[in-house]
Amino acid sequence: MSTVDKTNLMPTKGAIRIEDVVKIYDPEGTAVMAVDHCSIDIPAGEICMIVGPSGCGKTTLLNTIAGFHGLTSGHIYLDDEILCGPGKEKAEPGSDRIVVFQNGALFPWKTNLENIAFGPMMEGKLSKGEIYQKARKMMVDAGLEGTEDAYPGEVSSGLRRRVEIVRALMNEPKVLLFDEPYRALDSLTKSVMHEALLEIYYKNKVTIFFITHDLEEAIFLGHRLIIMSSRPCKPKKIVEVDIPHPRDYSVLTSPRFREIMNEAKSVVNEEARKAFEAGEKEG
Amino acid sequence: MNINKLKSNFSMRAAFRGLIAIIIFIAIWEFGARSLDLIGYRVPFIGLIPPPTAVLDSWAGLVVDPSYWQSWYMSFMRVFTGFLVAMVVGIPLGLYMAVNRTFYGIAFPSFEILRPIPPLAWVPASIIFWPTQEMSIAFVTFLGAFYTIVINVLGGAKSINRQYLQAAQSMGASQADIFRRIILPATLPSIVVGSAVGMGITWEVVVAAEMISGGGSGGAGGGLGFFIWSSYVGGSYEQIIVGMISIGIAGYISSELLRKLGGRFTPWLKTR
Amino acid sequence: MSQSNTTMNLTMYRMSSWLKSPKPYLMFIGFGFVLSFWYFSVEVWKLPRFQDMPALTEVFEEWFSKDPYYGLSIYTPEYYKHIGISLRRIGYAFFLATALGVPLGLFLGWSQKLREYIFPLFELLRPIPVLAWVPLAIIIFSGSETPVIFLTFLASFFATTLNTMLGVESIDEEYSRAAYCLGASRWQTFIHVVVPGAMPFIFTGLQISIGVAWFSLVAGEMVSGQYGLGYIINTAYIMVQYSQIVIGMITLGIIGYVTSALVRVAGDYMMQWRVRELALGGD
Repeated sequence: MSTVDKTNLMPTKGAIRIEDVVKIYDPEGTAVMAVDHCSIDIPAGEICMIVGPSGCGKTTLLNTIAGFHGLTSGHIYLDDEILCGPGKEKAEPGSDRIVVFQNGALFPWKTNLENIAFGPMMEGKLSKGEIYQKARKMMVDAGLEGTEDAYPGEVSSGLRRRVEIVRALMNEPKVLLFDEPYRALDSLTKSVMHEALLEIYYKNKVTIFFITHDLEEAIFLGHRLIIMSSRPCKPKKIVEVDIPHPRDYSVLTSPRFREIMNEAKSVVNEEARKAFEAGEKEG
Repeated sequence: MNINKLKSNFSMRAAFRGLIAIIIFIAIWEFGARSLDLIGYRVPFIGLIPPPTAVLDSWAGLVVDPSYWQSWYMSFMRVFTGFLVAMVVGIPLGLYMAVNRTFYGIAFPSFEILRPIPPLAWVPASIIFWPTQEMSIAFVTFLGAFYTIVINVLGGAKSINRQYLQAAQSMGASQADIFRRIILPATLPSIVVGSAVGMGITWEVVVAAEMISGGGSGGAGGGLGFFIWSSYVGGSYEQIIVGMISIGIAGYISSELLRKLGGRFTPWLKTR
Repeated sequence: MSQSNTTMNLTMYRMSSWLKSPKPYLMFIGFGFVLSFWYFSVEVWKLPRFQDMPALTEVFEEWFSKDPYYGLSIYTPEYYKHIGISLRRIGYAFFLATALGVPLGLFLGWSQKLREYIFPLFELLRPIPVLAWVPLAIIIFSGSETPVIFLTFLASFFATTLNTMLGVESIDEEYSRAAYCLGASRWQTFIHVVVPGAMPFIFTGLQISIGVAWFSLVAGEMVSGQYGLGYIINTAYIMVQYSQIVIGMITLGIIGYVTSALVRVAGDYMMQWRVRELALGGD
């Protein structure tokens, strides 16, 4: 599917294949189907946007890839290697797939620099000096100079998100999993964050699995939109975003952007209404 | 949310595991306490206390003894007297401190200065002051619950979301309305929490006050604390443990009652 | 260096704004009320019941006398001996309760299995008021020193363990998920996430713990024991040396306050991240 982006070099590692995945929750004897026979193919290096109403089960899908919980049936592959499936109930959480969380999960008791150095420190392959040197360099590259010794609680929420992304990249993952990371930000900060994310992405190509319910965000960032149906979660429509990378904010006003927006909007609205009428509590 | 999580985690397996630990605990206690007879060697510490079977035996004898139940009654009466007075005085005081800045400025520092003095340190002064022993025990009991209730009410009333007050004002509520319809209900959860903690402290205080006053002078005794102390003085060690368990049960029952009552007053806190 | 400077400036700022507010003056009005009520009711109006109470002037004359009538004032070494012995008992009990209660609470909160085994037993013993253990403690431990320390320990131990466990349960699951994602092992997650994450609750627990420690120490010293502040209060009552009762009470209040302030300072020192976060949020 990477026909969209011929000019840019894509990494060879990090393709995700979700095959016929089903996830049924059984909390109080009443089975709830969160994910229903879902199949998605994400080539290495693609920014794949998963769009759907709140509480539709997108996060469930992300959590199974990350290895936070298992699935009921189906397979998930990372570069033809089974992450989870029959016989392997739950994927091991590991530093090849790193999650950037909805509410931000920087450790408030570590400074920004310590947070960024955390992953490699845990792996223990490099010396402390090397790790901190690399962490400082990464921070400078991401424009985070001067906030090294501040605690996450002392900096703005936008800056925190950037620190978190840098922290995720320190381990050189194959895949980044974003769980609506910009949900709580105001739209001005959001637009700055989007450009910053793309900038980081152009420097460090990884596969990005990005959950959102903001269409503008989805189209601006993604190579592809996968619009999910409301509970149970299942791909309903795939929209290719054929606007070439690198992108900046001028594309938002381009006619092509509007066209894609219109195409996606009707599908999304229909699903949102269904979810609203079902009265699901936001998760 | 957390409670729900705990509840859903509770399973037969959990109950089974808890039971195993309790059975092992009782078995060790039984064996340790009888070790001198069984293996001819007294296990340190546990070897000095009566075994659970002997405690049960002694308890079976006591349940038909009206003076045992009299002790229950006495302690319960003291706890509830002290506790009720603490509520009646503490809740308005806490609320008033929360709404009136000047009064807060005057009263709170003095309150904070007195608070670190443990309630039991008041026992002798209280005996000197109050004409009857009963009243002095009630006073110390009152103190135990009083500080906790005031602090919780104050904290609860101060942390009310300002937007509730602004919303009420914009809808034309008077000061009295705001107090009655916003501040009071919004503070209720803290009142419930404060009371639950206060109830625990009250039982602690009653036991000690009964031991110190009743046990010391041998005067107007009664109550479960006195029951424990006189069992100790009289050398019937089984009864000490019966007394301890009885107080545990009594304290548990009163906290549960309070929690049920609190739940009825704050129905909006129930999550599904 | 800059860190201590900020703290310093913040303290100075708070000090000066406190002095400019009506707070300190109202505070002295409050103290004035309490003290003058004590003075007038006992010594001037001689209200019924009040006239038997130790008088304000009597208490302070005794307390600051070079040659105290009942043998106890700030100039007598005996006074400091009692304080020292009470402090030593608190020290032993608090140290032991912290050294055992914090690790136990951490493990109980961390491992569901351990919690399922141990917690019901813990909950079974907890409703028994610590002071009901007095006779049993005297029977089990010989001498008069160990039972008092045991009681004090028991009270602290329950408070510390319970709060530490609640602290672990309060940690947002995303923090441990993030740590696993970044390649941390279960043990590393415990050290880097569970322990610092529970820290605020642990220190709340320690504050409560030092309070209940004094609470039960006084009871223990009043019932048994040869020295200590609780002992002073009880003996003074029996020997009808009423002004000493009040000296004992005031001393207890002061020392109790100082010890809990020390715990708070230690907490702030160990949780710089939290202090700085709250300082920003507060202003």
